[in-house]
Amino acid sequence: MSEKITISFTINGDKETREAAVGQTLLSFIRDELHLTGTKSGCEIGECGACTVLLNGKPVNSCLVLAVELDGKELVTIEALSKNGKLDKLQQTFIDHAAFQCGYCTPGMIISAKALLERKPNPSDEDINEALSGNLCRCGAYQEIRAAIKDAAKK
Amino acid sequence: MSELKCVGKAVTRKDAIEKVTGSAEFIEDRFLGPLLYAKMKKSTVAHGKIKKLDLSKALKHPGVKTVLTGKDYKNKIGLYLVDRDFMAVDKVRFWGEPVALVVASTEKAAAEAVELIEVDYEELPGVFDPFEALKPEAPLIHEELGSYEVVPIFYPKAGTNVANHFKLRKGDTEKGFAEADIVIEKEYYVPQMQHVPIETHKAAAHWSPDGKLTVWSTAQSPNVVRQLLAKAFEMPMHKIRVISSYIGGGFGCKAGASLEGLVVPVAQKFPGYVVRIVFNREEDMQGTFTRQALYSTLKTGVRKDGRITALEYKMIWDGGAYTEYGVNIVRAAGYSSSGAYDIPNVKTDSYCVYTNNSIGGPVRGFGMCEMQWGIERQIDYIARELNMDPLEVRLINGMKKGSTTASGQVVHDVDYEKCLKTVADQIGWGKKEQPEKGKLRGKGIAGLVKCPAQPSNAASSAIIRINEDGTAHVMIGATEMGQGMLTAISQIASEALNIPIEKIDIKVPDTDFTPYEWQSVGSRITYTCGTSVKRAAEDALGQIYYIAANLLEVPVEDLTFDGKIVYSTKDPEIKATIREVADSCKKCTGEGIAGPIIGKGSFVPKNMTNLDPETGQGNPGMFYCFGATGVEVEVDIETGVIKVLQLATSIDAGKAINPQLCTVQLHGGTIMGLSTALYEDVRFDKGVMLNRNFTDYKIASIDNTPHIESFIIETPETNGPYGARGIGEQPMIGVAPAVANAVCDALGVEFNTFPLTPERVWRALKEKK
Repeated sequence: MSEKITISFTINGDKETREAAVGQTLLSFIRDELHLTGTKSGCEIGECGACTVLLNGKPVNSCLVLAVELDGKELVTIEALSKNGKLDKLQQTFIDHAAFQCGYCTPGMIISAKALLERKPNPSDEDINEALSGNLCRCGAYQEIRAAIKDAAKK
Repeated sequence: MSELKCVGKAVTRKDAIEKVTGSAEFIEDRFLGPLLYAKMKKSTVAHGKIKKLDLSKALKHPGVKTVLTGKDYKNKIGLYLVDRDFMAVDKVRFWGEPVALVVASTEKAAAEAVELIEVDYEELPGVFDPFEALKPEAPLIHEELGSYEVVPIFYPKAGTNVANHFKLRKGDTEKGFAEADIVIEKEYYVPQMQHVPIETHKAAAHWSPDGKLTVWSTAQSPNVVRQLLAKAFEMPMHKIRVISSYIGGGFGCKAGASLEGLVVPVAQKFPGYVVRIVFNREEDMQGTFTRQALYSTLKTGVRKDGRITALEYKMIWDGGAYTEYGVNIVRAAGYSSSGAYDIPNVKTDSYCVYTNNSIGGPVRGFGMCEMQWGIERQIDYIARELNMDPLEVRLINGMKKGSTTASGQVVHDVDYEKCLKTVADQIGWGKKEQPEKGKLRGKGIAGLVKCPAQPSNAASSAIIRINEDGTAHVMIGATEMGQGMLTAISQIASEALNIPIEKIDIKVPDTDFTPYEWQSVGSRITYTCGTSVKRAAEDALGQIYYIAANLLEVPVEDLTFDGKIVYSTKDPEIKATIREVADSCKKCTGEGIAGPIIGKGSFVPKNMTNLDPETGQGNPGMFYCFGATGVEVEVDIETGVIKVLQLATSIDAGKAINPQLCTVQLHGGTIMGLSTALYEDVRFDKGVMLNRNFTDYKIASIDNTPHIESFIIETPETNGPYGARGIGEQPMIGVAPAVANAVCDALGVEFNTFPLTPERVWRALKEKK
């Protein structure tokens, strides 16, 4: 078996200490160890953005980060966005604008958008295009995604 | 029709909250239990005999449970032409074809063991171009073609590489060309593309000791997977359960059966385990269906007034190594070969040809993008030759009510003219805008049409259960891959039942519990499943009235139901709540009236026929959906970069069940079309797929997607539920030709292939000088 290392981190607001295998990706750790399956795997080589999570507030492709790098850091996944049955404003505007179809890229899209709004509360189309250019949506909901993010920025 | 309450409204998606919160379960999220992991050993040659396949080292690797080869699978598999091995047997036919399957307790162990398998090949001459494959001396890719089982509407030629030859003869093309003032003949080429849904293909299998097989799959069509597995593994259908979940994009690549069967014998060998196989991105691109490349020659005879008198269309399709599904794309393109135009004399020969390239198969549009690329480019050539407006040529020849398709089918519910004029008006057709210095501007239009490509008896069914409190469960076999099926179907159920949509539950299919649906393909579900559900709702409503009539002792015809209460129209005080009616209703004496209400509905098209084997004449279309695309581009002369300034799309949906979701589908299809027009082109080098990831195979991303103006036209489909017809694939079809027509308008340079990459545009401009 692979060597394991003990890591301590914050996941969606809760402190945790777990063992992570050396070489395991953060994506695999999130899905297979933390059982948070909202984060999706699309390419595993950092090209599609489906596995985007927030690591210390910054959006990262979790397939390109090792699980052991989580030690001492704060991780936010899509599951943290709605609280007590109340949706995050981005989740609501994604629904209002029908900004997804199959929904597979949606968790990553919303996480990238969340990071953008933290950084730029009133993003322009260009800001949105730049911030989300690493999140692919084959269903082509881009026009609705732009509208949803702009709408959320107003709320 | 009385006013609609739910159909035609922008109801929120049924799957909305699940999808934005990450709680939507995709199939991999449902692979639970003791797991085994399967990994493929793939061929390193495109065509060759397997001389040695040594599994011994892999079998000894720690964690490995078993290794299978093609010989562990008794039968072949295939939807229309049963030509496909689960894994190569004695011979490989394309690069990356699986030759062995390692199963281990971890994915890592499986991957390591794959590397320990030793394979020696005796390479055979490969055929990578269908023209080479058609030569009499070409190496045969399927020596046994003559012995394969085939649905008898396809015509493989034993002893050749021709998997299907579809023939169409309408009218008299000789006469048609004699009537023409000019004859234009052009060659076109459409390269392979990949669907690249963000969710790759995934499946798992479980064998229970009582002989029940459960399969979880990303399949678009669980019923067809069950049917094909039952045949391939010689099992009765009730012993196979196929579960589909939310699908992370389909676009055709998850139609039919794909990887599911690979893990079935493993599950049989290890009862109790869930044996999973998950394709990585590279495997997904190279090992699943690609869009077949099309090489075509189009010859049209035209009168000076713009009327097309004759069309000869020769299509040579690169079917790839297996064409079990692809033969039907070749057929569909053949019987639709006059596109959106009423042409009196048509002669078409459409050939599906085996090559040693990746497997060809269904992709959004099912041959229409490829075939209508030629048609829509050719119309612009005709217009230029006659010095006419391309829009005018389209309007003169475009199908109208009562027109006949290439197969001689009469179309009824059509307003193609409106589709064309709508996008033309939107982009300011006929007005030339002033470009910036160093740039040129142009406008282009293309039309489109498509009917679902399906067997004439492709069926559908639905069950509606009314709960004791008057809420309902809608059970169907269609899959949700983003198209919004769950929502649209619920809206139809709500409308027909008069029960508010909030009180209707609907789920993704599971063949043990949900009724039959042929396949979720071809933009057919709104029509087929929609009709079944409407019938099931009407059946359930009939039962509600029957029970209420008995309870209230009034005739059924005097009753009406407002969603909560059934009451007499003659005396509204004579009434019963839906709860009273639905909860195993009894009379005041205590005598029971009826048990729980279960509505059922089924559907099979009645307007489709077989096609004549010699002339291709007949009715292959359940319905025809028309549309159009309009584009304005600005081209940078220095760099060849195309900027899309305007993009307009129109589709005749008949009736948009949900206008918001319909619009989103329109946008999505248009973007996929634009992506193929500008970026997408699968590259092969002697069968080796070169661009197998998102870095090398670019698709549209948010930063290069322009704003789209979309228009839903509503010419009701007589037999569609509430007048609806399917629109999912159609918006893609017109985009590539519209972009090319616009670029040609800007530059005066013709393109007979795409994508229109900066390099291709720049080179064409250089050649012009």
